[in-house]
Amino acid sequence: MNDFFFARSQMAVSLAFHIVFAAIGMGMPLLMAIAEWRYLRTGDAGYLDLAKRWAKGTAVFFAVGAVSGTVLSFELGLLWPGFMKYAGAIIGMPFSLEGFAFFTEAIFLGIYLYGWKRISPRMHWLAGVIVAASGIFSGIFVVTANAWMNAPAGFRVVNGAPVDIDPVAAMLNPASLHEVLHMTLAAYVATAFAVASVHAFFLLRDRGSLFHRRAFTISLAVGCIAIPLQLASGDLSARVVASLQPAKFAAMEGHYHTGPNAPVVIGGFADDSTRTVRYGLEIPGFLSFLAHDDFNATVTGLDAYPRDQWPNALLVHLSFDAMVGCGSLLFLLAAAAAWKRWRKRPVADGRRFLLAAVAAGPLGFIAIETGWMVTELGRQPWVIYGVMRTAQAVTPITGLVIPFVSFTVLYLLLSTVLVFLLRRIFLGGAADDGSGMPAATAETEARHAA
Amino acid sequence: MLPEWIVLIVMIAALLFYALLGGADFGGGMWDLLAMGPRARRQRDAIAEAIGPVWEANHVWLILVIVLLFSAFPSAFGAIMTALHIPLTLVLVGIVMRGAAFVFRKYDAQNDRVHRRWSTLFGIASFLTPLMLGVTVGGLATGAIVVKDGSLTSGFVAGWTTPFALACGLFTQGLFAFLAAVYLTLDTADDPPLQNDFRLRALFSGITLAPAALLVFLLARYEAPALHGATSSWWAAPLFTLTSIAALTALAALFRRRFAAARAAAIAQVALVILGWTLAQYPDLIPGSLSFDAAAAPANVLWILIVCLGIGAVLLIPSLYYLFKVFKASRTQAE
Repeated sequence: MNDFFFARSQMAVSLAFHIVFAAIGMGMPLLMAIAEWRYLRTGDAGYLDLAKRWAKGTAVFFAVGAVSGTVLSFELGLLWPGFMKYAGAIIGMPFSLEGFAFFTEAIFLGIYLYGWKRISPRMHWLAGVIVAASGIFSGIFVVTANAWMNAPAGFRVVNGAPVDIDPVAAMLNPASLHEVLHMTLAAYVATAFAVASVHAFFLLRDRGSLFHRRAFTISLAVGCIAIPLQLASGDLSARVVASLQPAKFAAMEGHYHTGPNAPVVIGGFADDSTRTVRYGLEIPGFLSFLAHDDFNATVTGLDAYPRDQWPNALLVHLSFDAMVGCGSLLFLLAAAAAWKRWRKRPVADGRRFLLAAVAAGPLGFIAIETGWMVTELGRQPWVIYGVMRTAQAVTPITGLVIPFVSFTVLYLLLSTVLVFLLRRIFLGGAADDGSGMPAATAETEARHAA
Repeated sequence: MLPEWIVLIVMIAALLFYALLGGADFGGGMWDLLAMGPRARRQRDAIAEAIGPVWEANHVWLILVIVLLFSAFPSAFGAIMTALHIPLTLVLVGIVMRGAAFVFRKYDAQNDRVHRRWSTLFGIASFLTPLMLGVTVGGLATGAIVVKDGSLTSGFVAGWTTPFALACGLFTQGLFAFLAAVYLTLDTADDPPLQNDFRLRALFSGITLAPAALLVFLLARYEAPALHGATSSWWAAPLFTLTSIAALTALAALFRRRFAAARAAAIAQVALVILGWTLAQYPDLIPGSLSFDAAAAPANVLWILIVCLGIGAVLLIPSLYYLFKVFKASRTQAE
């Protein structure tokens, strides 16, 4: 384990931590705005209560996401100065745009959280909508920068340095569309099913709680709309990756040998030494079909690349299958919900269905983390695909084990505290159900109104 | 006008806004930790209420500075982040602890014991972060960071481990504490005893700024020669005079309870300090090693960036205006 290893680990920990909060920061405001919209339409204070409770969750996640995002903007230079020196001018534009989108999000979230009594209800709801919209834009801009690392565009290399830089072409690189779609939908899927899971848990205790029934229905509806779209966008992603980054695609599928009628291998451990996937379930021809719409099409395997340009097929393949598995399970849950609705049965009932919804809570986030591993580990050994190796980008500073350990401990502590805090927010809320406004909210309001 | 000039001016402006707004939030955290006397809890509440709505937005100015630095001056960014890796990492630890502690405190149980635990962490991080920010900027100004042929040759402890950098850190802390106390006198206009608490704090921190500034100045002679050399420039004497007038005006206005005037003078003081620093370091981003035009990205990239900044400003300025109108202006109208 050397400094390079610790630099990569610190970046991985920072991103794995931040991506959860970034996704919630995109998904939560939508739920909050839907709840408030229902309040404006119906005048039912229960929906207002729900919007306020969700706003609290949004605030906590947003604050942690803001600081962990700040850490990342520094870490790009602290850990990868070689990369930033090379790429800063090329991908700076989407980062600057993201800065403004994030600014807008922070401003209107401040107005939303503290402005309940200060502005008109309609304006307040609009502030929530702006938070949700700018959250999407933040995500889009950052993801285009990542897409550029996978499909570098908008420059030429002369004597090892980039020239003729076109930041717009760099932002609109061939990987941007599919990555943006897949990440945005992932944020909605993961947040919606996780929120639904929390409320399903409380519904199992108290089936009659109107508060949790509404919360469950809204969040589940968002998840059920997003998940089929996400499966379609995943299909698009696989096709684009197959054509842009055949090595990544081969690692995702544990596909070592270039050839026609390539099988999909489900599960199993990819073994570079024997160039096989052990204990995997093979479906012949299906990979050729997935990538090229033809069961006999030739699919490039890892053997088409020199050994030192292979990603870690073991991890990438397992991550990919975990992501697809989680997505498929969520799709089944959504199908069950759709069936209930088709049969005109209330969605927020049924012990087995609620249990399944509780269990499905983490799946979206597991899919996000493993999907992120697919795209990042699958790009290795490159930091800019085909242009710059990750090892060339790393900082020359030594002793990187220290910041790695400190940030890991800090993030673990934050996560622990956050779990306790959220428990308190939700359990505190469950106790005063039906009273209109939870005690904590009422107290805060009184303080702000004074 | 050269595009690198425009981006540089925007960056300096963003840095100024970060100091004026984000800096004051740090100062608020310091006064939170130092809250004492019979009105300690009310002091903390006033600070939390003043910071709360604008907190997240104020923080984004720093992200804007960093993003502009790596977009417009990528080679300087790589070198600065490498040479100042250690103090910047400490800045980050401070930012994470502070941001998390603040929001956890707000949404955690409101009893005094829990409140104080988060307050302590929030306060400590509010002291640490500006100290390390000042140390970073001071370390950069020493000229001890050397870049040869595009790579850093001065190692990882050059510059920021000097007494000069430490003095810069202390000065930054003092400046942010002063700004926060001055703003809080206006935020607590409806509570005269509380307002007087912050008035005394503003006077105290404003007065201690003088010896801190003197220390920075004296140490610069030995440890930041480029910065010190600038004192013989034509603009140095008038700028010094103006800064001193602003500082004295702020103190006099606080003494005579002219709080709005004190705020204007304090803002002018901070703006002049940043302007003076920029002029002294001009034309270098890394003094003695890398000028800002040598570090600049190609002109077409900068122009596109400027277009983005224009679009961003069109969105940002009305939004910020609305934010401050809702939370800062309504106080006097509503009460």
